[in-house]
Amino acid sequence: MNEKTTNVLIVGVGGQGVVLASNILCAVVVEAGYDVKKSEIHGMSQRGGVVTSDIRFGPEVLSPLIAKGTVDVMMAFEAAEALRFAHEVREGGKLMSSLTKLAPPKGPTRKGQIEYPENPLEQAKEFCKGTIIPIDTDTIARELGNMRLANTILLGGLSAGLDIDETIWTDMIRKMVPPKTIDKNLAAFARGREVVSLAEA
Amino acid sequence: MSEKQENRLLLYGNDAIAHGAREAGCYFAVAYPGTPSSEILPAFAQFPGVFAKWSPNEKVAVEVGIGSSLTGTRTLVTMKHVGVNVAMDPLMTFTYSGVRGGFVLVSADDPEMHSSQNEQDNRCIAKFAKMPVFDPSNSQDAHDFTKIAFELSEQFNTPVMLRETTRIAHAQTMVTLGEWEEPVQGEHFVRDTSRFVMMPNFARPRHAFAEQRSLDLQDWSNEWDGNRLELKSKKIGIITSGIAYNYVRELLPDASYLKIGMPWPFPDKKAKEICDYCDRVLIVEELEPFLEEEAKILGLPVEGKKFVPREGELNLDRVAASLAKAGLLDEVPEAREGAPVIPRPPVLCAGCPHRGIYMALKKVNADVYGDIGCYTLAALPPLETLHTCFCMGASIGNTIGTSLTESDHKRPQVAVIGDGTFYHSGITGLLDAVTSGVNMTVVIVDNSITAMTGGQENPGTGTDLMGNTVPAVKLEEIVTALGVKKLTVSDTYDFDTTLAQLREAIEYEGTSVVIARRPCALFPKKKKTNPFVVLEDVCNGCGACFRIGCPAIADSGKRTGKGLAIAEIDPAACTGCELCVQVCPVDAIIPQGKREEVNA
Repeated sequence: MNEKTTNVLIVGVGGQGVVLASNILCAVVVEAGYDVKKSEIHGMSQRGGVVTSDIRFGPEVLSPLIAKGTVDVMMAFEAAEALRFAHEVREGGKLMSSLTKLAPPKGPTRKGQIEYPENPLEQAKEFCKGTIIPIDTDTIARELGNMRLANTILLGGLSAGLDIDETIWTDMIRKMVPPKTIDKNLAAFARGREVVSLAEA
Repeated sequence: MSEKQENRLLLYGNDAIAHGAREAGCYFAVAYPGTPSSEILPAFAQFPGVFAKWSPNEKVAVEVGIGSSLTGTRTLVTMKHVGVNVAMDPLMTFTYSGVRGGFVLVSADDPEMHSSQNEQDNRCIAKFAKMPVFDPSNSQDAHDFTKIAFELSEQFNTPVMLRETTRIAHAQTMVTLGEWEEPVQGEHFVRDTSRFVMMPNFARPRHAFAEQRSLDLQDWSNEWDGNRLELKSKKIGIITSGIAYNYVRELLPDASYLKIGMPWPFPDKKAKEICDYCDRVLIVEELEPFLEEEAKILGLPVEGKKFVPREGELNLDRVAASLAKAGLLDEVPEAREGAPVIPRPPVLCAGCPHRGIYMALKKVNADVYGDIGCYTLAALPPLETLHTCFCMGASIGNTIGTSLTESDHKRPQVAVIGDGTFYHSGITGLLDAVTSGVNMTVVIVDNSITAMTGGQENPGTGTDLMGNTVPAVKLEEIVTALGVKKLTVSDTYDFDTTLAQLREAIEYEGTSVVIARRPCALFPKKKKTNPFVVLEDVCNGCGACFRIGCPAIADSGKRTGKGLAIAEIDPAACTGCELCVQVCPVDAIIPQGKREEVNA
């Protein structure tokens, strides 16, 4: 069991399932016997805003918020959001990101307006002190025959970045997804886990 | 590490408060929704045998709660920090009278103003009103303090405030729950004129009572283990409360602490004790120097806001910087800057019923005095059609004031207020407008739900929190009863008619009302998609559809012959409200199905 507090940051865009994923992570770390705190800002998530969730776990956690630049593991559900928060990852930390791009709606470009980044994960290298691990969720989900498996793929990736027994994760997935979809979700989880494990090897 | 227990759960502060109330045998809860307090009431309403209801505003909620307490029923009342301002009138006098059933008021403060118009610190209000206040540091505290608050309320005959902040309300931390009590209804109201009729002769002795009670409560505050001394280092002591405790304890694990769970009445003896024990004592608290002033009144040698910011919420970084400034931590290196990334500001939803009326208000170039709700977002580009926003219900009064005093009357004077906000505190304003004969227009944007805070029921909904069907009060009937002679109801998806109706209302001499009506796109049920498409070869790039601020409409990246941006519509977001169709001068926007027919 890890004696230090682990800082996990999950980011994405309203409607992507960031809060649900952070709930599953919390359930897993509680099951593993850790103290945990989680903080997120509600309110604008349904109106297309940025959604972030700070999760901290360890033997005893005090602050529910992560200090700047001290994220151990970051999971981005959207590539531009990976770039926005890349600087929060500590040296030696990991930034795992979906390749999914969701450009915010906008009218024709005004003067001085920032554009949606061409290649967010490439740009993120300049800001991230840790390792960047891209996960091609769309391709994997397509191979598995269901685009809705994207989040389970990302959870698999996240699990590979954390030192928690894999069976706790798979038990939790069995409990939390509709019974008919258990096999597909477990397959998606395994694929996500594999991508990150291979990238780290 | 403890074994996994059945009664140990990861809970939001708001859920923990609901559980604490249940364990105290609380039967009745009443509230007006407001971020970050809104989840407490629905969580409480789930428990068996309890009753919970929304009131039209916080003042009514507190008055309903007082009535419930007077029957001997344990009562929970919840609201956001600014809601307490609305409820101050009954509160300031109820603290003289005292309770029968335990009365706990939850004030959910919002340091950093994540979703509020100010960041007032309601510990100050508690002191001003002479009511004890708890300040939890995590969900376990929120749960435990709520339970104790009910006991304390009855023991000392006083309403009690539980003041939480956004990072308590909306953070999840582990909680060990206790046994829960069967909720108990009080038997009946007991007459006690000298206590419950606060006319001068009866109120004077009650003021004296309240002063003595504060002294007695201070003794309790000094005894109570929730005001906890953790004496370690003799060099440095920290006095702190609420969320701030977590940050400073993490950064200075070896310091001595006075962790204050009840900021007022201030545990003066414990504060003296830590000051005697330590060479130097620093107070770390969010927002106002509340504890600092209490300590300084006692003449204690403490420091605080000299180093700790008074604005915004604290976090590890801000507290670390404060401690460095005080010479207690090494200078923290400046945090790395992040990449500039395209912002994602909140916008009115695709299919939002408010859009059409704002398009019309923009067209007539009205000065729009606004109010609190989703429709406040119209202040931002591209609509930019809302010009004030102060507090709930302010729109109508503001418009009366401008209309009566403008000497050079340039533009139409219009108040915009939502249905929930109109029920909350718009009615008296409209009464003033009518009876003062003011030449102005009030637009009630009626989406038939309290949307901004998550879709709570309101007096127009026809259902209540417990799932019962209840009488719905029609806005038209209220408006007519208030004496408004010029009333129009418009369908905001029909732009031309809405615009004509608005013009007519503005031209009317006297107070006119437009009820701009359409159900919310999100609540109670998210509107289904019904996508329209842009015909690229027809679009002339005029940009009219961009200017309505719909998040489903974007620049396709393609250009017309003249180099103008051609629009595209996101089929996963478009609800088919057709407002863009109505502003398109070249009929380039048609239903997706229709294009497929043409192509087939």
